[in-house]
Amino acid sequence: MVGLCGTTWSTQIVSGLLDVLYSELATAFNMAETHSLQDIRQQAAIAAKVFIQRDYTNGTVCQFQTKFPSELETRIDKQQFEETVRTLNNLYAEAEKLGGQSYLEGCLACLTAYTIFLCMETHYEKVLKKIAKYIQEQNDKIYAPRGLLLTDPIERGLRVVEITIFEDRSTGSGR
Amino acid sequence: MKNCEYQQIDPRALSTPTPTPPPPPCAKRKTQRPRRKWEVFPGRNRFYCDGRIIVARQSGVLPLTLGLILVTSGLFFIFDCPFLVVHLTSCIPVIGGVLFVFVVVSLLQTSFTDPGILPRATPDEAADIEKQIDNSGSSTYRPPPRTKEIVINEQVVKLKYCFTCKIFRPPRTSHCSLCDNCVERFDHHCPWVGNCVGKRNYRFFYTFIVSLSFLTAFIFGCVITHLTLRAQDEKGLVYALQESPARYPFHLAACVPSLTWHMNVCSVKHNPQTELVVCFFSIWSILGLSGFHTYLVASNLTTNEDIKGSWSGKRGAEDSVNPYSYNNIFTNCCVVLCGPMPPSLIDRRGFVPEDGDPQATPQELDLPPFVAKNDTNMEENCQDFALSCTA
Repeated sequence: MVGLCGTTWSTQIVSGLLDVLYSELATAFNMAETHSLQDIRQQAAIAAKVFIQRDYTNGTVCQFQTKFPSELETRIDKQQFEETVRTLNNLYAEAEKLGGQSYLEGCLACLTAYTIFLCMETHYEKVLKKIAKYIQEQNDKIYAPRGLLLTDPIERGLRVVEITIFEDRSTGSGR
Repeated sequence: MKNCEYQQIDPRALSTPTPTPPPPPCAKRKTQRPRRKWEVFPGRNRFYCDGRIIVARQSGVLPLTLGLILVTSGLFFIFDCPFLVVHLTSCIPVIGGVLFVFVVVSLLQTSFTDPGILPRATPDEAADIEKQIDNSGSSTYRPPPRTKEIVINEQVVKLKYCFTCKIFRPPRTSHCSLCDNCVERFDHHCPWVGNCVGKRNYRFFYTFIVSLSFLTAFIFGCVITHLTLRAQDEKGLVYALQESPARYPFHLAACVPSLTWHMNVCSVKHNPQTELVVCFFSIWSILGLSGFHTYLVASNLTTNEDIKGSWSGKRGAEDSVNPYSYNNIFTNCCVVLCGPMPPSLIDRRGFVPEDGDPQATPQELDLPPFVAKNDTNMEENCQDFALSCTA
């Protein structure tokens, strides 16, 4: 402020105009590291939240119900939604799969008194990262343009898949 | 000119004390220091090392368990090993050492690992569940007890609603009243270990009791051998015991982390036969526990289910079969002990999302750009904005 008062009058006007332009751009693009989805979160109003519960018919493995909730009927295609949930179910099944690799990991861990868990990333954690990437990708491509947001189930203790429905804006792009 | 006025007013409105303050003091005025989730955890647990270690609130007996194990093993290595290495083989301290390491490491892992705590429902989730319960309740005229019935492997399983955590408990989950948490595949709350035993730390607990039984049996065997050899070398068993009476009773009695037996032995210090018998029974209790848990592992049951008799067909005429069992002992063992390690669901070291008021953020959007005239100020204000807005 002191520096600017010391400059010439014309430079002040230009700087002022740039500031206005900058503020508009900052509002639109947000110079901080926040994601465009978080833009929606702060600026759009939340209309409702839908929770996809767990499906326990196959035991305690992590599976989610594929039943299409009625609140999403106007927003998204049923096929699309079921495809997303089915892919998530497959990914979780892969994480909890009892096969050669998991047994090998378990036996090795047992022999080292489970100390390898301190230094090695488990198979489950690797698949969780894959799931996080998949959800991010789905949000960017399919759900955000429709004013919806999928929350990674791990943030809800693997209990539910939370879908946030944002208010339908008149602009139509949901942004 | 207008710009000059803005420049003069805004800094006073924001009351910035110094022209170039570092971000944290600014952040403190607008928002609190970002807190980690363990600091706001609702259950009755204690956290150490900035959330890396979790124990139950009452972990009082864990130091005793650890102390007894360390003292016994210490005495074994100091007194018995030198004699046995000379008279028998040098493998004795090696085997003892390996067992000791297994016992201590698995004990610490059982105590300090999250047993599979389920985080409590968010307010939105709880409201959604309430809505569903109300809908179903009004249509079928069922009284308040909140249960949901599902079918797993052709077996009807009842899911109960947890009023504390506000969720329907998944199958095999139980709420521990000592820790005030719902724990997945809840086995029991072990005071010796100072933590619940659940899905994530059951394998550590099993390794602990099995290796402890091997260690105590090994030490017991070595002590008996030592006494026998000494008795043979010298004038007899009684002389051998008399030679170092104070050491053996404590040594033999401290073989197992069993406080009551220890107390009994202290009072009968001068009676070696009773001590050996007492120790013998103490070791049997640990061996018994290992045997019991081996049975549970082989049939894929939890202590909780076994005690309640959930699958033993006690209720009604129909035969309840454990729906989680793979009907093959080897498969059950592999699944329970060598299955994939599930992640911790409570995310202790994550940061608490700052629930900023959405109405406040548009106002803050206007102020920083006008104030910031040079680059450093602009960056700081953007950082302030980011801190206040980021979830």
